Amino acid sequence: MDDLTEAFVELIRLTSTDLPADVEKSLVSAREQEAQGSAAVGALDTILENVSLARRESLPICQDTGTPIFYVNYPEGWSTRKLRGQIRNAVVEATKQSYLRPNAVDSVTDKNSGNNLGDDAFPTIHFEEVEGDELTVDLMLKGGGCENVGAQYSLPNGPLGAGRDLDGVRKVALDAVQKAQGQGCAPGFLGVAVGGDRGSSFDASKEVLLEKIDDANPDQALADLENRLTDDANEMGIGPMGFGGKTTVLGSKIKGLHRLPASFFVSISYMCWANRQKRMTIQGNSVTYS
Amino acid sequence: MQNVSLPISDDVIKSLHIGDPVQLSGTMITGRDAAHKWMVETFIKQTRQPEGDDQDVYDAIKLILAGGAIYHCGPVVTGLDTKDYKFAAAGPTTSTREEIYQADVMRHFGMRAVVGKGGMGANTLAACGEMPAVYLHAIGGAAALIARTVVNVKGVHKMDFGVPEAMWVIEVENFPAVVTMDSHGNSLHADIDTSSKAVLDRLVSA
Repeated sequence: MDDLTEAFVELIRLTSTDLPADVEKSLVSAREQEAQGSAAVGALDTILENVSLARRESLPICQDTGTPIFYVNYPEGWSTRKLRGQIRNAVVEATKQSYLRPNAVDSVTDKNSGNNLGDDAFPTIHFEEVEGDELTVDLMLKGGGCENVGAQYSLPNGPLGAGRDLDGVRKVALDAVQKAQGQGCAPGFLGVAVGGDRGSSFDASKEVLLEKIDDANPDQALADLENRLTDDANEMGIGPMGFGGKTTVLGSKIKGLHRLPASFFVSISYMCWANRQKRMTIQGNSVTYS
Repeated sequence: MQNVSLPISDDVIKSLHIGDPVQLSGTMITGRDAAHKWMVETFIKQTRQPEGDDQDVYDAIKLILAGGAIYHCGPVVTGLDTKDYKFAAAGPTTSTREEIYQADVMRHFGMRAVVGKGGMGANTLAACGEMPAVYLHAIGGAAALIARTVVNVKGVHKMDFGVPEAMWVIEVENFPAVVTMDSHGNSLHADIDTSSKAVLDRLVSA
């Protein structure tokens, strides 16, 4: 397949307008847990109505369509230079069609480029060569509200009594959730990276959010910590939009990375309830979306 | 559910308490980071001179903000080529970034409401008591639904700020929100912050 620009535009449209089924399902179950007549239920009702409307009318779920982040896994023989060009063209086209808000602002001149193209990192494109003959592209749209409440800690952390171990990871991650309050558009999802350097740690905390909510972490210690983190976070009672309630975090994903002996970073990427992601798979001439 | 019309009278503002759901109707204006910085620097603290259309824009927004509301929102807008503007997605943005400006802006223009998400801090709460005014929390991310309540895009100022940062003059009908900061000194956000901090302290000391 030569030019994937149109296929990329469709990937962007779907990601912006059609919330993944597992995310919607977890919002429905959150609604069931909240008290009838509460502001939390009111918020979740509005959210669920919005999700249906956006899908039905092909409208952006949220006006903040974030930095488009593409994860491209390509078989041998594909040109990443051409793919990058096609993705950038698709981003411009999707912006024209109002599936993306023009979001690329030059930090030095303060000018919005108007077409969502900025430097090489805007949109962000990760390339990875893989075995086999299938090209897959995951797209994540993560808005600024939840991006702004992400945090990175260096362990040990005295004030929180957080040491260099998984319980220390739990403590700092909970601190990040408490500081976020409703500002990351709770109820949200936590992507946590343990280790790495500052850059690789933040990257991994975002990439781990691509996993499906029900996917079990193969590492039992991390799987246990994910569940504990979600339960503890919900105990804080921050609730949907920070209105108070039982559901603050709908799921947690944790990834371990190697680190330097001197460093122990914990990075937390907070994903809002509008957890927009889709995958495009290309095999031969067939394009599928999931 | 209480219906609130813009501009809002002091009596209506005083009747509102945290937790009250409201539906807002009338004309309001969007303004976020660039707009607040511009208003404060050019007309309130006057650390920069008005230039270009600054004075005209100021004169126009003054009429809407007196007794009115500002909406922290950077919308997705269709019809940019034809200027036949329509909001496609228009949820609130995080308000706390405007905390350093908001109280001054409220006092300067005589505002009665700030609409956004995530709540604001002590300075804005104090201004809510003085004006009197309220902070109305819209549902973050519910952008398609909220855009439906924008029945008319009447115009736009400061397009050079970019589409999200421009000041859009909009007419809304039954715009849904919850009062989370009232004119009686109450903030749901301060309450939840305190109670969740107490739980956090317990969870990390375990």
